[in-house]
Amino acid sequence: MGFKRIYTRISNITKATCTLKAEGARYGELARINGMPAQVISVIGENVTLQVFAGTEGVSSESEVVFTGSQPLLNVSDLLAGRFLNGYGEPIDGGPELHGEARAIKGSAVNPIKRSKPSTLLATGIAGIDLNNTLVTGQKIPFFANADQPYNQVLAEVAMRAEADKIILGGMGLSNDDYLFFKNTFTNAGVLNKIVCFINTSENPPLERLLIPDMACTAAEYFANDKKQKVLVLLTDMTLYADALAIVANKMDQIPSKDSMPGSLYSDLASIYEKSVQFAHGGSITIIGVTTLSEGDITHAIPDNTGYITEGQLFLKQDTDIGKVIVDPFRSLSRLKQNVIAKKTREDHPQVMNALVRLYADAKDAKTKKENGFDLNEYDKRCLEFAKDYSRRLLAVDVNMSIDQMLDTGWELLQNYFKKFEVGIKEEIMNKYWNDDRTIKA
Amino acid sequence: MNTGKVTGVISNLIFIEAVAAVTQNEICFIHAENKKLMAEVIKVEGSKISAQLFEMSMTIKMGSQVDFTGKMLEIELGPGILSKKYDGLQNDLTKMSGLFIEIGQTSAALDSDIYYKFTPIGKAGETVKAGDWLGSVKENWIDHKIMVPFALKGTYIIESVVEEGDYLIHDIVAVLTSENGEKTEVSMVQKWAVKRTIDTYKQKIRPNKILQTGLRVIDTLNPIAEGGTGYIPGPFGTGKTVLQQAIAKNTKADVLINVACGERANEVVEIFTEFPKLTDPDTGRSLDEKTTIICNTSNMPVAAREASVYVGMTIAEYYRAMGLKVLILADSTSRWAQALREMSNRMEELPGQDAFPVELPAVIANFYSRAGTTQLNNDEWGSVTFIGTVSPAGGNFKEPVTESTGKVARCFYALSQKRADAKRYPAIDPMASYSKYLDYPEFVENADSNIQKGWVTQVKRCKDLIRNGLEARDQISILGDDAVPVDYHVLFWISEMIDFALIQQDSFDDLDMKTPLKRQQYMLNKLMDIGETEFHFDEFAEVATFFKQVINVLKQMNYSAFDSAQFKKHEKELNKLLQDNKEKTLIES
Ligand SMILES: Nc1ncnc2c1ncn2[C@@H]1O[C@H](COP(=O)(O)OP(=O)(O)OP(=O)(O)O)[C@@H](O)[C@H]1O
Ligand SMILES: [Mg+2]
Repeated sequence: MGFKRIYTRISNITKATCTLKAEGARYGELARINGMPAQVISVIGENVTLQVFAGTEGVSSESEVVFTGSQPLLNVSDLLAGRFLNGYGEPIDGGPELHGEARAIKGSAVNPIKRSKPSTLLATGIAGIDLNNTLVTGQKIPFFANADQPYNQVLAEVAMRAEADKIILGGMGLSNDDYLFFKNTFTNAGVLNKIVCFINTSENPPLERLLIPDMACTAAEYFANDKKQKVLVLLTDMTLYADALAIVANKMDQIPSKDSMPGSLYSDLASIYEKSVQFAHGGSITIIGVTTLSEGDITHAIPDNTGYITEGQLFLKQDTDIGKVIVDPFRSLSRLKQNVIAKKTREDHPQVMNALVRLYADAKDAKTKKENGFDLNEYDKRCLEFAKDYSRRLLAVDVNMSIDQMLDTGWELLQNYFKKFEVGIKEEIMNKYWNDDRTIKA
Repeated sequence: MNTGKVTGVISNLIFIEAVAAVTQNEICFIHAENKKLMAEVIKVEGSKISAQLFEMSMTIKMGSQVDFTGKMLEIELGPGILSKKYDGLQNDLTKMSGLFIEIGQTSAALDSDIYYKFTPIGKAGETVKAGDWLGSVKENWIDHKIMVPFALKGTYIIESVVEEGDYLIHDIVAVLTSENGEKTEVSMVQKWAVKRTIDTYKQKIRPNKILQTGLRVIDTLNPIAEGGTGYIPGPFGTGKTVLQQAIAKNTKADVLINVACGERANEVVEIFTEFPKLTDPDTGRSLDEKTTIICNTSNMPVAAREASVYVGMTIAEYYRAMGLKVLILADSTSRWAQALREMSNRMEELPGQDAFPVELPAVIANFYSRAGTTQLNNDEWGSVTFIGTVSPAGGNFKEPVTESTGKVARCFYALSQKRADAKRYPAIDPMASYSKYLDYPEFVENADSNIQKGWVTQVKRCKDLIRNGLEARDQISILGDDAVPVDYHVLFWISEMIDFALIQQDSFDDLDMKTPLKRQQYMLNKLMDIGETEFHFDEFAEVATFFKQVINVLKQMNYSAFDSAQFKKHEKELNKLLQDNKEKTLIES
């Protein structure tokens, strides 16, 4: 690092950035303006532009700029466990300074050839997940939810039930209430020793959020690779992260692409989500994120790009017929379920799952028909009855059971409402699981 | 050597002040912390150069030295490419040490220490030109031709070719003499700039022969031809990657190039782990042996996405020049277009639609036109078939990448969100999708003699049935079940039957996942027989019940080995169902 480079001639100040003449600055380098952290986002000749995380309020053309000579760093060690930190990796829990190896927070990509195929089941007890959208360690998947859905509660529930050595929470623009909710949940469950939290609340400057995912992933990589642990990373809310990206791009006068988002949104989000990995040595990083939607619109650039990156999505939705939040089987998807269903779970899993969803789709058609004022036929009526039962017993997020129980419940529903030829399941499986002695309810 | 100094950095865009003249698209190396980082010149304004860096730029200092190579992005062509896993710049990922790919890390594309058994083809005294075969080596089980370097212009006389024996790739295997007496030594390796087409063939003809993919909705309904082009657009999660991998596993091609461009690393891991275990349906050899993977996942350098598709295409053309049938798949071409957009935005160029660079349509058209069936100078045939996926923003096909691709690709496999939601996989929309090859007279002729007389007509009639069924469905949903004639229900259910038995196919079932053409022929004929039967039903509810039974039996047939006892059993059940209905019809009428 050598000598400290200090400058005091700032030429240009916007809300989020400032430009000054300086020598030897590098792209990505961390600097401090009046002690506030800032990062180099462009160097052209002597002109260096800094993105000031806390905003430029109070920055003057004579403010002091000190270049640190390195990118943003996190001190990694086992001492991270149990700590609450801000976007710069500094304690906010009143505890001692962190010590350990200082690591750059945007690490290199894992060589794809060195990755293992993720194939360890991650059970949550929620049938909308385990049955229809089975998760695997090393997967990356977000919840898609409208702002009024209890996404953070469901996220916390999943985290508490999933088997993990470490849980790393990256909170971006968290409401103070939700921050305290997570804190209480972890405390009450007695798991404080296995969590690390990087928190930016809605009271903190929005640009500080930009550091949170990389901080969380750097801590995760330390535990997953150095310590060979199973790490679960929770990132909420990635929509607010993307909004912060848009602010910077806008201040840089970049040409926005769809929905005022920067053209690099896909690459920016991918660099975070792709940190999820299954290492051959057993360590893994699983990322479960939250992407809030505006009025369920998944074609907006943020959920759209996210969907193109992650390995599926879990779509939370209010089912007004049963008055509960469900995991929507249509829009939800786990792309890695193939790696475990019928391999780590019972052989009938894929067929039962698909049959139930297909029939649920028939019920949806029947519902549309009814809403359009048409008479329902006998099959339509059975479908509607089935849908309610299916939703209540399997899709609702308050369900908690084993996967075998979910499958048994599935067969029960099929037999209660449908005839053999209506379910379209492979004969081999039918012969084994369909109980001919049962009579059809309809 | 021309040099320069770094004057600016914005992410992966590097500004350089050059000492001497610089050529557009030339490769340069930037010195940074004991490494030399590769970059490509993308703009020249006098001595002011802009270059896109194929790495992360954090280690670059202002004033760092830049070495210009005078060469465009080139790759090495020679034996050993098959089974390799390359990054977007042809670094062999297997040879890289360490769990993480460090900035500036490189590795050799070919193995200079492996002996290949060389058998001469050309003889001293023969006249040859670029692309002609001088000899052949065994690469896995494929006859890999050693050719007159593509870059040589004019004709040459073979002065000598080495005898049959084991040689290293850099050993000299032939010496050529040019018209004015200059000698050129030829080894098994040559270099080629990826953005240029390897065009040493005699002629390129219109594709006319079906390329069997084992997927019914493609081969039967929307066939792609050898040397043809196709694209698969679809919203996220509708099955582009699964479909492409199914095509990769089952297609009758000699060589397979799989380009993972800006997508998920785990999907490539899937290929890494699966392909060596799978057998090629044609040769019985491991699928891995005929496959090269180019892998530049979304977290790898963005600028290398563009390079990765060109590297893949160049390798495909190389094997085509050996008289082989090559299939190249790229997932997803949109990521490449986005990389172009990111760079164009950083350069503050005037943007086209959706902020994509204005030249995007031309770039895409140029790339697709590299596919094709070619007749080589020795009258052998080779082909490159290209299928790319497209990831339209917001799932809306009215966007520049989808539209530009639609103008050049001849097969369109539109994935529909609605079908994916209903788990009707593959979610190819049967009405929106098309194959223009069905309208090529030479294709029709070939199908007549190789599949059955009138095949294409039969296919088109099947499509008519599907269309009629969907129209009937619309009528039913507008007017209500009992307000339309019962025939409408029959029409609708016939299209449902075709959907379930022909279009839908389980890519995760070992048997159903691949259907040989013979079996597809059986199924299409069977479905058309049923579809063109006069049925009689008293009320609409009977129609659904009847066809659901038919569909169930047809599905069981798809899950059984062709012509097996189980298959025959289901076939009987089907015939009985049809017979019963016929008798009922006779009695009632
Ligand atoms: N033919 C199929 N049979 C069964 N399931 C399928 C099929 N095609 C797709 N799926 C299901 O859909 C999921 C998503 O498919 P896929 O990954 O191919 O989508 P995609 O279109 O490539 O999405 P993205 O654009 O985000 O990459 C798969 O993981 C699988 O669960
Ligand atoms: Mg995909």
